[in-house]
Amino acid sequence: MSMTLKLGTKLGAVAAVLAVVATGCSDDDGGGSKSEVDVKTSEDCATRTEEARDAGDLKEVKLQLQWVSQAQFAGYYAGVAQCYYVDEGLDVKIVEGGVDIVPQDVLASGDVDYAISWVPKVLGSIEQGAGITDVAQIFERSATTQISFKGKDIGAPADLKGANVGSWGFGNEWELFAGMQSAGVQLEDINLVQQAFDMNAFLAGDIDAAQAMTYNEYAQVLESVNPDTGELYTPDDLNVINWNDVGTAMLQDAIWATTDKLSDPDYEAQTVAFIKASIKGWAFVRDNPEDAAEIVAASGSELGQSHQLWMTNEINKLIWPSTNGVGIIDQAAWDQTVDIALNTKNETGATIITEAPPESAFTNEYVEQALAELEDEGVDTLGADYQPIEVTLEEGGK
Amino acid sequence: MAQIWDRFQAAILGLLGVATVVVTWDLYKAFGPAEGVLVGDTRVLPRTTERAMPHSWDMLQRLGEPVSALPDAPDAVRAVWDASMFSLGLAARGWVIGVVIGLLLALAMSGFRIVESALLPWVILSQTVPLIAIAPLVRRWGSELQIGGHVWSSEDSVAVIAAYLAFFPVAVGALRGLKSPDKTHLELMRAYGIGWWRTLVTLRLPSSVPYLLPALRLAAASAVIGAVVAEVSIGLKGGLGRMVIDYAVAASGDPAKPWAPIFGAIGIGLVAAGAVGLLGLALRPFRLTGVSR
Repeated sequence: MSMTLKLGTKLGAVAAVLAVVATGCSDDDGGGSKSEVDVKTSEDCATRTEEARDAGDLKEVKLQLQWVSQAQFAGYYAGVAQCYYVDEGLDVKIVEGGVDIVPQDVLASGDVDYAISWVPKVLGSIEQGAGITDVAQIFERSATTQISFKGKDIGAPADLKGANVGSWGFGNEWELFAGMQSAGVQLEDINLVQQAFDMNAFLAGDIDAAQAMTYNEYAQVLESVNPDTGELYTPDDLNVINWNDVGTAMLQDAIWATTDKLSDPDYEAQTVAFIKASIKGWAFVRDNPEDAAEIVAASGSELGQSHQLWMTNEINKLIWPSTNGVGIIDQAAWDQTVDIALNTKNETGATIITEAPPESAFTNEYVEQALAELEDEGVDTLGADYQPIEVTLEEGGK
Repeated sequence: MAQIWDRFQAAILGLLGVATVVVTWDLYKAFGPAEGVLVGDTRVLPRTTERAMPHSWDMLQRLGEPVSALPDAPDAVRAVWDASMFSLGLAARGWVIGVVIGLLLALAMSGFRIVESALLPWVILSQTVPLIAIAPLVRRWGSELQIGGHVWSSEDSVAVIAAYLAFFPVAVGALRGLKSPDKTHLELMRAYGIGWWRTLVTLRLPSSVPYLLPALRLAAASAVIGAVVAEVSIGLKGGLGRMVIDYAVAASGDPAKPWAPIFGAIGIGLVAAGAVGLLGLALRPFRLTGVSR
């Protein structure tokens, strides 16, 4: 009897330790879920959102991003922060991506209503059966470049021959391969190097020509100290091969919707409203890049201030000025993307897709309606006289 | 007296161990070749540049500086502290779930041979599935779940993934422990006509403690790794895993910064192991049978 009693006390002590371990450290969890981004809205908009929510006027819509919070998605953050979505009757929840999150898969499985992803990445998913549609091509230009130090003398794709060429792989390599192959450089002619998320291998000289997004890795180099001068690197130190100029650019960030649901008039109307408010958000980012960068930072992006502003400015350049109105899918650009996806082989001899994508892969129907409504409201969706701002990068992007 | 001296000695040795790592780091940085050591084309020792190996004091100093130039940016150490507590909380949740499941599995397997034959291969197979494959699945399946009023969140997904890694050592360790009593002791119990439950509580569980403690410690380490990696995988905000991704952007321009979350991870690893150590103290009286100390 006493044995059981003693045991009981001991087990009680153990349980207490367990409880301390389990609860003691989770104070910071807070109440709500962290799956969705808590976008910092202005006080006025926060009240309006609350009121509309309470009145039951809002339809909840989830948007899956391709990556974590950063200015690449500033337009959607601005749409929430400035109440553009609320004006359209939408309560938009932004869901961040992660290393292993594939936005088009999340969308196809019905967990979210819209997703942001690159066209070539989605074309492969569509061929494998994902029923999703590009309803607005937000980025008109590609941000992927191949950069090298001036001394390496790599100014054009043909110069890549014999060089150590960096690439992240995982679907980021196609513009590079297409550009090389258009210049007669085959994969055997280069030494393909797997590139990490930072630019250290490039700065150390292990990679001669590194892949760099204009809005991110290019800035990472310019935020680093050149040991020869003791100052930051400058654009003069670098050669940039821009795939837009070479003619092998592929379409990047687009808004994707579920194809099946597009036969439902409610979802169609919601799609128009979502695109409309999103474009309005991007117009805000164009006109107020500093404020937009601040909104993104206040909504949980950990990028440094100058890096965030640089990214905002570079993203603006991908959208503005817009040739046909933001979001319109240009047939020629689409065809170029599909052509590269069909005909460019990677190091294993595979292509992204083996047959042309179905008609349902894109439609301009909804974005045209959205643009017409925006025009009526007097929103400039072309940005013909758009001028980028000057951003000074700080060491480490601080 | 001797015991206090032992403790003191252990603490000194522990500090010496840390100091050795730091000194080796900085000595190599000071005297190692700038381009590192290459065997053929393979670099076996790293470069010693500021970018590849920041000075230990630079990394410490960086912890005291604000994370960014934003006016309300916290000091790095504060940010790392918050992220560490967040990840530790998730790891602890995962650990508790993993330990409970591991113990239940071990109980079932030790009780019935057929269950052991049926389950053990699956338990082992479960650990060969790569984390990057299950992370998105857990998130997707979880989002279909709704338990009572509780809506599944990404935190739950991370805790489940941490538990997925943590249950394995517990299941295997506890199974061995539960089967460890001498046959003579078990037969004595049977001879006295003592039932399954009391045999479990008075004999099997106490004698499993020496096997269980290392398993629990291993589970704690696995839960921490699982939580951090799962955060990276599904991009959950607030913890160390996400901080690793966020700070990687500064690897070239601010090379000391990406080390900050690594120190946080070391810290919570130590705390987790320490907490299990405390558990070991509580369980010390049970280290009686079977295995010699």
